[in-house]
Amino acid sequence: MKGARVWRVAILVACVALLEVLCLTGVIDKLTMQPPHRMAVDLVNMLVSGSLNGAIAKTLGNAAVAFVAAVVLGVFGAIIIHRLRRVRDTLEPLFATYYAIPVFAFYPMLIIVFGLNAAPQIFIGAMLGVVAVIVNTLNGLDRVPNVLLKTARIQQMGARETAWRITLPYAAPYILTGAKLAVAYSLIGIIGAEFIMSNGGMGYEISFAYNNFDNKTMYPLILLILIVSVSINMLFARWEKSILARRGLR
Amino acid sequence: MSHVAQVYPHALPGRRAGDPKPGTPAVAHVSMRDVDKLFSRPGGNPDDTFHALGPIDLELRQGEFFAVVGPSGCGKTTLLELVAGLSTATRGEVAFEGEPIVGRIPDGVGVVFQEDASFPWLTVRDNIAFGLRRLRIDAQEKTRRVDRALAMMGLAPFADSYPAQLSGGMRQRVCIARTLVTEPRLILLDEPFGALDQQTRLLMGDEVLNLWRKTGATVFLITHALDEATMLADRIGVMSARPGRLIDIVETGWPRDRDSRIVQDERFGAITARLWRALREESMKSIGALKPGAQP
Repeated sequence: MKGARVWRVAILVACVALLEVLCLTGVIDKLTMQPPHRMAVDLVNMLVSGSLNGAIAKTLGNAAVAFVAAVVLGVFGAIIIHRLRRVRDTLEPLFATYYAIPVFAFYPMLIIVFGLNAAPQIFIGAMLGVVAVIVNTLNGLDRVPNVLLKTARIQQMGARETAWRITLPYAAPYILTGAKLAVAYSLIGIIGAEFIMSNGGMGYEISFAYNNFDNKTMYPLILLILIVSVSINMLFARWEKSILARRGLR
Repeated sequence: MSHVAQVYPHALPGRRAGDPKPGTPAVAHVSMRDVDKLFSRPGGNPDDTFHALGPIDLELRQGEFFAVVGPSGCGKTTLLELVAGLSTATRGEVAFEGEPIVGRIPDGVGVVFQEDASFPWLTVRDNIAFGLRRLRIDAQEKTRRVDRALAMMGLAPFADSYPAQLSGGMRQRVCIARTLVTEPRLILLDEPFGALDQQTRLLMGDEVLNLWRKTGATVFLITHALDEATMLADRIGVMSARPGRLIDIVETGWPRDRDSRIVQDERFGAITARLWRALREESMKSIGALKPGAQP
């Protein structure tokens, strides 16, 4: 396990080093890409100057709202769907094909409905994440042993208390897997929507910089998105790992 | 001084926690009258039923240890679920302390299942305390009860461990402790040692006998192990193959103060043999080796 981690880091470092060499030697020209060390320096400068802090806060704030909406709707949706067999039979094939739908195609329609503000972007982000949460939560709820449900009945627990105290805690590792996916989907949804049409945010700034050959802004922002996304994912993975370890599953 | 007596120094001989209050009418602690249970066949229409259990007539005495043995699929667990209120009789009446059990879980009943019912996300201490959350007792009393249950079940050194860090036998002890802290007047045990090895089963049997003596609760044990029933119970009900009926009730006549060493008693083998004589034909029926009515 430790060896695999070392190899993973080594491959990553080697790729970055290769990119650095290719950029510095001119194999990749300056107009196409900055060397990675330059991206890091520009990112620090950008964060220190605060020139794009508003855009960064807007994107991360909207992504957070979309993520919370996806998790809350996903978990509650899954609890309801899990109790209604016919609804589940109807919806499950749709969940299986859900990610074949290009959700961004609905973006213009959402702008017409909600206006050119944060709402359509949050809607897209939440839409992308919610099904991953529903599917994983359902998977977890399916695995709750019958004996725990009998125990809940013996303890005279109602449906709400059983969900809150038994089924959701049992399904927590699966919900966390869904949440991990929802983080990535929410960010993709928000940044993608900003990229297509928006009046601010990291996606908008990247698009603007791209159209103006402004590599000093574009690459640091892409690097920041990578850092944020990977960091949140690692946090969730760590949390998931500790839950699984507690249950003797890892 | 026994382990239980050390934990419960205030225990008085002759006084049991489950004894009825003065003035309480002398009724059977649990009674089943003409009880039948029919199930619908899966996927069939509601009229297409099979007879799983009954008719059963049985009365459990206050504070006795009653075991039920029977062939596989005879409806032992169904019988326990009727008493627990987890299932409703199709016909007849099941009552606990004189009150019919219909569509509700009665107060004062604790159940220990065969499967591991510990909550893997809670520590041993929190698992045990879980049983107390509905009771209107102060935090100090809750802590006292949990500490007492931890000590009684030998789990004190593992109070902050998670169930995954314990053996199967210890996890089952956590479940017993969780039931115990609520001080139930009726304890239902559904093959609680089914997943354990023989030595652990004997030792767990000792633990259960200790608890039974101390709490004074009525214990209703479902088991497929004849020696376990003989060792633990005051009376043993023998069930027929499906639909399960009581075909014999055997009084063991053991003293209340007994433990697993009773297996050395010469009467132990005789009681177990009697159970097997009553059960052999029924067990053969249940595995299809004997047609109903044929000679074994």
